[in-house]
Amino acid sequence: MTSLLIAGIVLLLISIVFQISKTSEMVSVLKGAEQSRKDSNKVIGMIFIGFMIVFFTGIFWSTAYFLPSFLPESASVHGVWIDNIFNLTLLVTGTVFIITHIALFIFVYIYREQDGRKAFFYPENHKLEMLWTIIPAIFMTCLVVTGIFYWYKITGDAPKDAMVIEVTGKQFNWIARYAGKDGKLGKRDFTKISDNNIIGMDWKDTANLDDVMPTELHFVVGQPTKIVIRSRDVMHNFDLPHFRVKMDAVPGIPTTFWFIPKYTTEEMRKITKNPKFNYELACAQICGQSHYAMKMAVKVETREEFNKWMGDQKPYYETVQPAAPVVSETAPTEVMAKEEKTVSSKKTASIN
Amino acid sequence: MSHSESAHGHVDQEAIYHDAVWHEHNHHEHNIHDHHDTFFSKYVFSQDHKMIGKQFLVTGIFWAVIGGLLSALFRIQLGYPDEHFAFLHDLLGKWAPDGRIDPQFYLSLVTMHGTIMVFFVLTGGLSGTFSNYLIPLQVGARDMAAPLLNMFSYWMFVLSSIVMLASFFVASGPASAGWTVYPPLSALPEAVKGSGTGQTLWLLSIALFIFSSLLGGLNYITTILNLRTRGMGMTRLPLTIWAFFITAILGVLSFPVLLSCALLLIFDRSLGTSFYLNEIYIGGKAMVEQTGGSSILFQHLFWFLGHPEVYIVLLPAMGMVSEILSINSRKPIFGYKAMIGSMLAIGGLSFIVWAHHMFVSGMNPFVASIFVVLTLIIAVPSAVKVFNWLATLWRGNIRFTPAMLFAIGFVSLFISGGLTGLFLGNSTVDIELTKTYFVVAHFHIVMGVASFFGLFAGVYHWYPKMFGRFMNNTLGYVHFFITFVGSYLIFWPMHYQGLAGLPRWYYNHNSYETFSHLGDLSKFISTVAVIVFISQVFFLLNFFYSMYKGRKVLTKNPWEANTLEWTTSIDAPHGNWEGDIPTVHRWPYDYSKDEREFVSQDTPARPGEEMF
Repeated sequence: MTSLLIAGIVLLLISIVFQISKTSEMVSVLKGAEQSRKDSNKVIGMIFIGFMIVFFTGIFWSTAYFLPSFLPESASVHGVWIDNIFNLTLLVTGTVFIITHIALFIFVYIYREQDGRKAFFYPENHKLEMLWTIIPAIFMTCLVVTGIFYWYKITGDAPKDAMVIEVTGKQFNWIARYAGKDGKLGKRDFTKISDNNIIGMDWKDTANLDDVMPTELHFVVGQPTKIVIRSRDVMHNFDLPHFRVKMDAVPGIPTTFWFIPKYTTEEMRKITKNPKFNYELACAQICGQSHYAMKMAVKVETREEFNKWMGDQKPYYETVQPAAPVVSETAPTEVMAKEEKTVSSKKTASIN
Repeated sequence: MSHSESAHGHVDQEAIYHDAVWHEHNHHEHNIHDHHDTFFSKYVFSQDHKMIGKQFLVTGIFWAVIGGLLSALFRIQLGYPDEHFAFLHDLLGKWAPDGRIDPQFYLSLVTMHGTIMVFFVLTGGLSGTFSNYLIPLQVGARDMAAPLLNMFSYWMFVLSSIVMLASFFVASGPASAGWTVYPPLSALPEAVKGSGTGQTLWLLSIALFIFSSLLGGLNYITTILNLRTRGMGMTRLPLTIWAFFITAILGVLSFPVLLSCALLLIFDRSLGTSFYLNEIYIGGKAMVEQTGGSSILFQHLFWFLGHPEVYIVLLPAMGMVSEILSINSRKPIFGYKAMIGSMLAIGGLSFIVWAHHMFVSGMNPFVASIFVVLTLIIAVPSAVKVFNWLATLWRGNIRFTPAMLFAIGFVSLFISGGLTGLFLGNSTVDIELTKTYFVVAHFHIVMGVASFFGLFAGVYHWYPKMFGRFMNNTLGYVHFFITFVGSYLIFWPMHYQGLAGLPRWYYNHNSYETFSHLGDLSKFISTVAVIVFISQVFFLLNFFYSMYKGRKVLTKNPWEANTLEWTTSIDAPHGNWEGDIPTVHRWPYDYSKDEREFVSQDTPARPGEEMF
């Protein structure tokens, strides 16, 4: 019922505007084209000035109002560079934005058609044109040079002591893998993927046996961290907005991004004045039905806290291949039965 | 072959080249009206460029309504994610069970909105309309160089449209991998439903669309180069023509790459190849037969068209805006040669900046940095154009026709949207902003809304020529102010959502604490979007009503403009000019030059007159 009412009101409004428009056209025909034009010129000129005022007010007010809803200050070292270049660009573009818009709306108002005015025949001015070609070029060059300088720093090789974490995107969650005690990520093979081996680790490579696959990403504050980003199916994008980290996850082609976390989760809670704050990992490349819900929790902590957390993690191999049973007082047949089960399950696993 | 036997609505080929022959034919009682057009030859299978232009316009308007409707639907989901709307179920059936849009269909809505707006409305409906309508008239030709091929270009467009429309009705739904259709998502039906039959039809439709564009583009280029009338040197062409010319060259060079890109995708989907596929495990199986490819290759091929495509969308609007600003300021366009030069620079550079869409694709960072340099270079000619438009308005004597308002709005939108390009083109800053709503804000303002404003400006301005009647001014003003204010209210806040980190293509924002506070802003944007969409009815009413009941045009040159289209009779016949084609003696921008407020291009020079 309400929707019918709303539809009715909308139709009424539309037909009112339509009737007014038809009437005003008849009026202007009677007045004559030139006179009607001159009459509406001043009104429209004023409306543009009004628009300009509302426009600038709106922009300044809404920027101030929504500033707190932007991302908080960068939680990574390189992110600070990104935010600074953003601000520099804003300064340059903001100035141009304001000046050109003032020129546009003021010109439109004061040069509106009026009795006795004649337009000024001004086809070109080479000096002026040279000036407003060269000055923008200089500003662009400054922005480019700054940007590229930091781009090389960000995309350069990670330090040798970086902690390497592999993250694999799939429809519709992320799988993290840490290297375990041997510090090496084992080889993987997509043909070996199964429900018991979700990234297809090659169990013949012993480096895999201690790799850990927790359900949360933990980083150490101040520790250079390199993410190796992969995908199991379609393209995803590894997006850590607070850290200014973003990189596509491409099936069959590992990509990387390295960064240094600046603030622990606790510190960020104080900065944002939000005791419930948590870092989150999102997917930023359209990947299917639940693209919007590929969340993984992220925590930044001290090295001690990290070591403790890591110590509590069991290697993935052990969670899918139960360990050989400990010898105990149990009857020999029971032990034999258990061993056989273990052996046979190991056999099936390696065929995968 | 006598006149009446040649295809109806077709201008005898030879006559195009020989004014004298045409003149003679007129003198022999065969006048054009003896061509006995049937309804079909006049309105349906016409080879007259004026009719073909109008056909593209009406088809473009049809698609614009659909594209806008799709955006209203997905904005309803974004603004009101937890509500159930009965009308959604009534309209969409199984795609909105219990009144909420299905998440996969949401992706279809977004995909089809982008596809329809970029290709069907702003390429077909913009270039197809105005290049076809204006080129022969403004260069002084009887018709296009190849009128039959021109007719085919329209009918290929219709065929492409039918296939795309059909894709809405297949059981597994229309394409849903984004308008950029990156594989593997677009290659594998198991990945998302729309990548089944829907994607196949999408690819077929786009292939047909590309053929249509190429046929059109070849005609535009050939006509502009070869069929200019006597005295119409290249530097006496209106800026509209230069814009259409450069646009056509961009299209002819870049659309074939999209075609090959799409063909390779078709092969991967149907013939077991793996140009784009590598190490995929999906649907419980590893795809062992299709490996070794690269989805990054797809991105390079796609964006090689994709970037020139955005200039194909924008340049015609720029050309028309230059023309309309000049005419209605009663002043020459400032810096005519610089305007040509800047369009050439933008056109040329547009071919070598494509990878700025790929900064976080995993591409080589050194190569990425080269694209940063080239991308920011493109900002310079764009800035020059803005300054030249401002200088055109300066000390003018401005007439506020609805067309002029849209042209002024275009300048504002191009400034706003263009400046945010400087953030995105700098790869370092792009890391943070790419794939967020900041990008959505940027391309909608600078390309979407701006080109729509160019389209509207062109329609309001050339409507009297096309239909012999004026559109209603008041409705035009209402349409302008609602759309101008509304567009800023819709897209400006999206910058804020981007700066809050909100990613694109999200069905809702509630899954993350990081983004869940943006719900009120989304609701605001959605509400305005629905209002602005509904308000386009003022344009539609005006457009169709005025065709029959609009104030009649009584003079040949109602806008008092200089270009040649205003020298033909009000209801221009096949062949455009009843007598000889005018000879051109000057450039199109002699406004307020001396005691004359305007001097049309076919007016001979006075002795001692300074000519440009």
